[in-house]
Amino acid sequence: MTPSGGARGETGHKSEMLDSLLGLGGLMLLRDSVEWEGRSLLKALIKKSALSGEQVHILGCEVSEEEFREGFDSDINNRLVYHDFFRDPLNWSKTGEALPGGPLEALTAMCKRTDPGPVTIALDSLSWLLLHLPCTTLCQSLHALSHQDSCPGDSSPVGQVRVLGLLHEELHGPGPVGALSSLAQTEVTLGGTMGQASAHILCRRPRQRPTHQTHWFCILPDFSVDLQEGPPVESQPHLDPHTSPVDSTTHLTFNLHLSKKEREARDSLTLPFQFSSEKQQALLRPGPGQATSHIFYEPDAYDDLDQEDPDDDLNI
Amino acid sequence: MFPELNNLLNITPDRAEQGKLTLLCDAKTDGSFLVHHFLSFYLKANCKVCFVALIQSFSHYNIVGQKLGVSLTLARERGQLVFLEGLKSSADVFFQAHGEPHPLQFLREASPGNLQPLFEFVREALKPVDNGEAAWRCPVLLVDDLGLLLSLGVGAVAVLDFVHYCRATVCWELKGNMVVLVHDSGDAEDEENDILLHGLSHQSHLILRTEGLATGFCRDVHGQLRILWRRPSQPTAQRDRSLTYQYKIQDKNVSFFAKGMSPAVL
Repeated sequence: MTPSGGARGETGHKSEMLDSLLGLGGLMLLRDSVEWEGRSLLKALIKKSALSGEQVHILGCEVSEEEFREGFDSDINNRLVYHDFFRDPLNWSKTGEALPGGPLEALTAMCKRTDPGPVTIALDSLSWLLLHLPCTTLCQSLHALSHQDSCPGDSSPVGQVRVLGLLHEELHGPGPVGALSSLAQTEVTLGGTMGQASAHILCRRPRQRPTHQTHWFCILPDFSVDLQEGPPVESQPHLDPHTSPVDSTTHLTFNLHLSKKEREARDSLTLPFQFSSEKQQALLRPGPGQATSHIFYEPDAYDDLDQEDPDDDLNI
Repeated sequence: MFPELNNLLNITPDRAEQGKLTLLCDAKTDGSFLVHHFLSFYLKANCKVCFVALIQSFSHYNIVGQKLGVSLTLARERGQLVFLEGLKSSADVFFQAHGEPHPLQFLREASPGNLQPLFEFVREALKPVDNGEAAWRCPVLLVDDLGLLLSLGVGAVAVLDFVHYCRATVCWELKGNMVVLVHDSGDAEDEENDILLHGLSHQSHLILRTEGLATGFCRDVHGQLRILWRRPSQPTAQRDRSLTYQYKIQDKNVSFFAKGMSPAVL
């Protein structure tokens, strides 16, 4: 597993969120939105990885290198390798300064690295890559990246790879996001309420059920994470849609349930229009106890019962 | 420029921030008064301005600018303002002799191309003059409005790439500012506009969003302005990240007040 032993000396409370996030390798999706941005958390994760001795590569497409390195001290900055695709990602300047091949080439080159030791690759951002590359190509590259240690035919021991991808949720439809989500071992969805940021973490460990966790946090200026208590429950304006609604079957004035005797009586009842063999026999041979109806007719003096002409309208 | 808006944004022509992208978006109302504000603000701040005006004519902006105390004609003659009038120069695309590609070259292309000629135009317009002395303060790019490029057949990703390159050159390399306007149609079916709007929101440092009132048209309150600061240089928990005000547009000024505190109502 990831050598995060160097970080154990810190107070457990502050680092437990980052520890749990960095404990799993593979692909981690950081899903952010316009209101709750994810780059600070990405930088906090990068700082943690760099401090524990890992090599960190950053594919920077959205912000300049100065802006990204801002806030890190020099010992962290020395461990960061920044691949700059901010200045000229599409090679418009044609001066040859831009890295040839674009971001995809850089990604595939990272797949083929052979130096041992754990490495963290940060993609800033996956949204930029998803808008400019076909989704299938990107997914294949990500899969190859995060499963490097299971490469067949490669005898050199390659260390564990962790890929951190920043994804802006509003920019993509459910298809590409679902595809990336299925590749990810960890998903962190950023949100918040009333000025406090929250991270909903979904971990998929192999052969275990996925676990959900929510942390309320705040990122300090030096990019360490400060865990906080969530906002007080009664002031939360919206109910969590996953909680069950109030049980409305308590405190009723009528009976919704049947007792055992009542259930048996109900089950043994035959329905009026159900045609069973008993009913058939009863109809064919009316029993002595059956109530049948009789018609009593007393003919009047003026009644003329004529069997041949009962309605008396034939001219016979 | 509107002094009350300067107070809300905490900027003055002498103390303008640099290297920032400001996104103006409007929903169910017309937010173009913000374009006039920023145009006059940066001209008064002695910045070199490149204005890509695709929606209205030069005289329209000039008339409004005169009400706000700037003369666009004078600024253009002095070299402070580079004005690309989309309506007029779109005809030049067809009548121009073959040579340098026209900034609006994409109008001639059958398949949706990229906006590299437009970017080259902007870069050429704002590149620092080599006479050694810095005549103008910082370069500024204004675009009114980006959504029109979608209507003209350019893809959302191509427009985002154009803004990306402009940001790399104007904001990062030249330490200037950018102000762009996009309309939010609110139409759930306009996916390209949504991609453009959200993509720009993620790239912006400041988002000014004007919205019509939910209850409809009102004579004394013309709309609501929501100010969202993104990517503050130091992430702190206490910073006010979002403010909402209501406004009323008058002939030469726009007055802002807190929600429900319009002078007409009090």
